[in-house]
Amino acid sequence: MPSSKRPRRAPLRRVLLVGTAKGAFLVWSKGRRWEIEGPHWLGSKVHDFRLDPRDGRTLLMTSTGGHLGPTVYRSTNRGRTWREASRPPAFARLARGRKKPGADGTSRGVSVAVNFFLAPGHAREPGVWYLGTSPQGLFRSEDGGDTWKGVNGFNHNPTYWKWSGQGQVGTPDGSFLHSIRVDPRDPKHLYLSMSQGGTFESTTGGKKWAPLNAGVAMDFFPGPPREYGHDPHCMIIHPADPDVLYQQNHCGIYRLDRRTGDTWDRIGKKMPKRVGDIGFPIAGHPRDANTVWVFPMDGTERWPRTSPDGRAAVYRTQDGGKRWQRLDAGLPKEHAWWTVKRQCFAVEDVRPQPALVFGTTSGDIWRGANGGESFERIAEHLPQIYSISAARL
Amino acid sequence: MQVCLGSILQSYTGGRGEVTATGRTVDGVLKDLDRQFPGLRFRVVDEQDRIRPHIHLHCNDAMVHDLQQRVQARDTLHILGALSGG
Repeated sequence: MPSSKRPRRAPLRRVLLVGTAKGAFLVWSKGRRWEIEGPHWLGSKVHDFRLDPRDGRTLLMTSTGGHLGPTVYRSTNRGRTWREASRPPAFARLARGRKKPGADGTSRGVSVAVNFFLAPGHAREPGVWYLGTSPQGLFRSEDGGDTWKGVNGFNHNPTYWKWSGQGQVGTPDGSFLHSIRVDPRDPKHLYLSMSQGGTFESTTGGKKWAPLNAGVAMDFFPGPPREYGHDPHCMIIHPADPDVLYQQNHCGIYRLDRRTGDTWDRIGKKMPKRVGDIGFPIAGHPRDANTVWVFPMDGTERWPRTSPDGRAAVYRTQDGGKRWQRLDAGLPKEHAWWTVKRQCFAVEDVRPQPALVFGTTSGDIWRGANGGESFERIAEHLPQIYSISAARL
Repeated sequence: MQVCLGSILQSYTGGRGEVTATGRTVDGVLKDLDRQFPGLRFRVVDEQDRIRPHIHLHCNDAMVHDLQQRVQARDTLHILGALSGG
């Protein structure tokens, strides 16, 4: 089983954990400069890379090798050494004697193609992690990411086929299960989103699930509103208020206050018309539930997935979506023919105002101090960036 | 039997490109390899017991399509990364 090593470093430095199309990087804060360490696992697609906030030393990253399929790498010593998970996520086999999957609560007989999204479990459940895959599946580890089991209340749910459009692969990179969120007040209260299926909620620790998509548009589907089949790109529990959810969807930006109902409000309607409200990432202010940031992209005509008009900008609301401000100081004013993927927004909780950090499909990392008021490029020429998270190691 | 491994799998064998394993079938050999080098089989065969799309298995000079194919001690099994595009 492969392993890798790096020299010991002093603890508790600010660092960005960066997953890319060609491996993982750690970008360390060094005074006003940033220093790149890596690549780790060069040649692997790293779709997600996270620190366990409960122990402050376990790191997990997903990996998809070109030939070797998907796996998980883990470090239990703040990234000094790495090992592959003993039992990476894998769907259950088809029931004995069965040639085709059924909708009867047994395995769908599919194989994990991509380990896509990582989420540490609840603070009261040390060692628990969740992982989302393509084809869309949910997995859980109870030993810090070393061994994984399918959450069969979801993966084998008889209604799965309806939720996910018969499990089609989707375009352009497949359909992904992502945005696995654990209510900080209750480890059994979970949310997840499927890029082909919509957002779902469980209050039973994953045994039972219900769709949570009322009010969300499906411009790509004719007919009246549906209960599921939507395309959320990124959904968050707001870090400052666990009753407030936000999502950046294929069809707009939404907010949902669970205290007032279960119908999403399209707050993206207040975005400038020439920019639109299509994009991938959304991130919340650590201490202000009315503040979120998005990164709009061109979702018109052929969906080029670039900054609208080639002009890069973050948009921020500070009043729950009634008004939006364009934040583009320091960003390119032209020829920014790139975008920011769903796991590529990170918020550094520094004072007095948090910094917004994002990584681009062109391999650059930008940091916007003071809530994004002014951006500077802190890394360039990396491979296409798939994920960024902020940590202290 | 002798097993020759492409470079993509040698991180599992401590850098060795040639190892030995036993088994009556290709799958038996892969399971013995996994006992010696944990995790290796899952890089070759997925959870539905399908050979991964970009992995090629050859017994001597013939491609293997069936993991239950019988093998002899004098055979050589090659496990290679497929040429998968430009």
